[in-house]
Amino acid sequence: MNMRDVVTVRLRVNGVQYERVVEPRLLLSDFLRESLGLTGTHVGCEHGICGCCTVMVDGLTVRSCLMFAVQSDGAEVKTIEGLAEEGKLHPLQDAFGEHHALQCGFCTPGMLFTALEVLRENPRPTDREIREGIAGTICRCTGYHHIVEAIKAAAQRMAQEPK
Amino acid sequence: MKPPVFKYRRAGTVEEALSALAEYGGEAKILAGGQSLVPMMNFRLVRPAVLVDINPVQELDYIRVEDGWLRVGARTRQRSLEKSAEVRQNCPLLAEAVKWIGHPQIRNRGTVGGSLVHGDPSAELILVAMLLDAQFIIQGKGKSRTAGPGDFFKDFLTTAVNEDEILAEVSYPMAPPRSGYGFRELCIRHGDFAIVAAAVQLTVDERGRCSEAWVAVAGAGPKPLRIRGAEEALVGSDGSSRVLDAAAARVPEEVDPISDLKGSEAYRREMARVFVRRALEDAWSMVKER
Repeated sequence: MNMRDVVTVRLRVNGVQYERVVEPRLLLSDFLRESLGLTGTHVGCEHGICGCCTVMVDGLTVRSCLMFAVQSDGAEVKTIEGLAEEGKLHPLQDAFGEHHALQCGFCTPGMLFTALEVLRENPRPTDREIREGIAGTICRCTGYHHIVEAIKAAAQRMAQEPK
Repeated sequence: MKPPVFKYRRAGTVEEALSALAEYGGEAKILAGGQSLVPMMNFRLVRPAVLVDINPVQELDYIRVEDGWLRVGARTRQRSLEKSAEVRQNCPLLAEAVKWIGHPQIRNRGTVGGSLVHGDPSAELILVAMLLDAQFIIQGKGKSRTAGPGDFFKDFLTTAVNEDEILAEVSYPMAPPRSGYGFRELCIRHGDFAIVAAAVQLTVDERGRCSEAWVAVAGAGPKPLRIRGAEEALVGSDGSSRVLDAAAARVPEEVDPISDLKGSEAYRREMARVFVRRALEDAWSMVKER
């Protein structure tokens, strides 16, 4: 064990600065969950298929199981714990609750970040554009209908909100 | 599903990356976007002793137009390619193909060079490189060499980049005047690996006859293939639906697919024909509008 390489990772997660010494092979998903205790990031397939572990790194969605923690050194990471601001849920979070889009809740953290990026790039998506946009995140309850409805409702609300 | 132990080396420049590769001999592997390498490590299908992380190498992150070529640095993210106005303008076929690579989360990290060097025969970027005769610059310590796609792509997951080299750049010829293209892909869901994919480009002369044709298919052999018989059937023709049928009919005999869970050999052969036919239709209607 003591022969193994270790590296120091310094990064900001949800606005908080952290520093940890880790093995290079530690995945960002495990780093968030186990080194930082932020268990809101869910781990499904661990090989980049299911999309559950999607988080934002420097403002872009990434699969945290396909990145080593050491690669996020110096980055700004946002996890589901940081999506609500000042105790107020994000409009997407509200809409997911209202439209029963969580279901079992396992894919929800990844689905929310995926949806956030879809709406940021296309604030008024069609149903088809939403379905294609979230294709990289799998809901095994298979209740995509509620998720699409929630994203549409959030899009409307976000369009009305002053930015 | 956790990657095995490895030593991590961060490279800030091409020179640093090449030095690290030289230092560790064949033990080191380049880590670019990691969208193919990391899943393979998680499954422990590969166990590199050392990873040389080239994500910080800014000098390989560029898209520029020079002397009729669209030059792309190997570390450029696929997402940058997708969003680039220069790519859309000068090589619209490439812009279309990129949208079929995985999902946004994958394209945000995945790099152009990473996909090319990984060498998956169903990869969209390899199909386009094969179709358009892209040129590759391979950088070694103190020397660089160029290669065309015929030399670059050796076999399934195998390219011409040696253990002590890295891919520095890929360049695509700009779309010629009076040209049209088509890109069609068969997959279970958008973003999945292609079962088969077809890419075509056509040009017409002043009289509206096809003057040049490029046809290629992915997912129907150990690497993407140019379909020369289809190209010959198109050149000099008027692009009637009979001609497009005849060109697509040449596809099944020229491909060499395998059977797997997603489709039998016969199914892939037939779908390669169907998807080439559809791509030809797209390309020809585009060229007629010009």
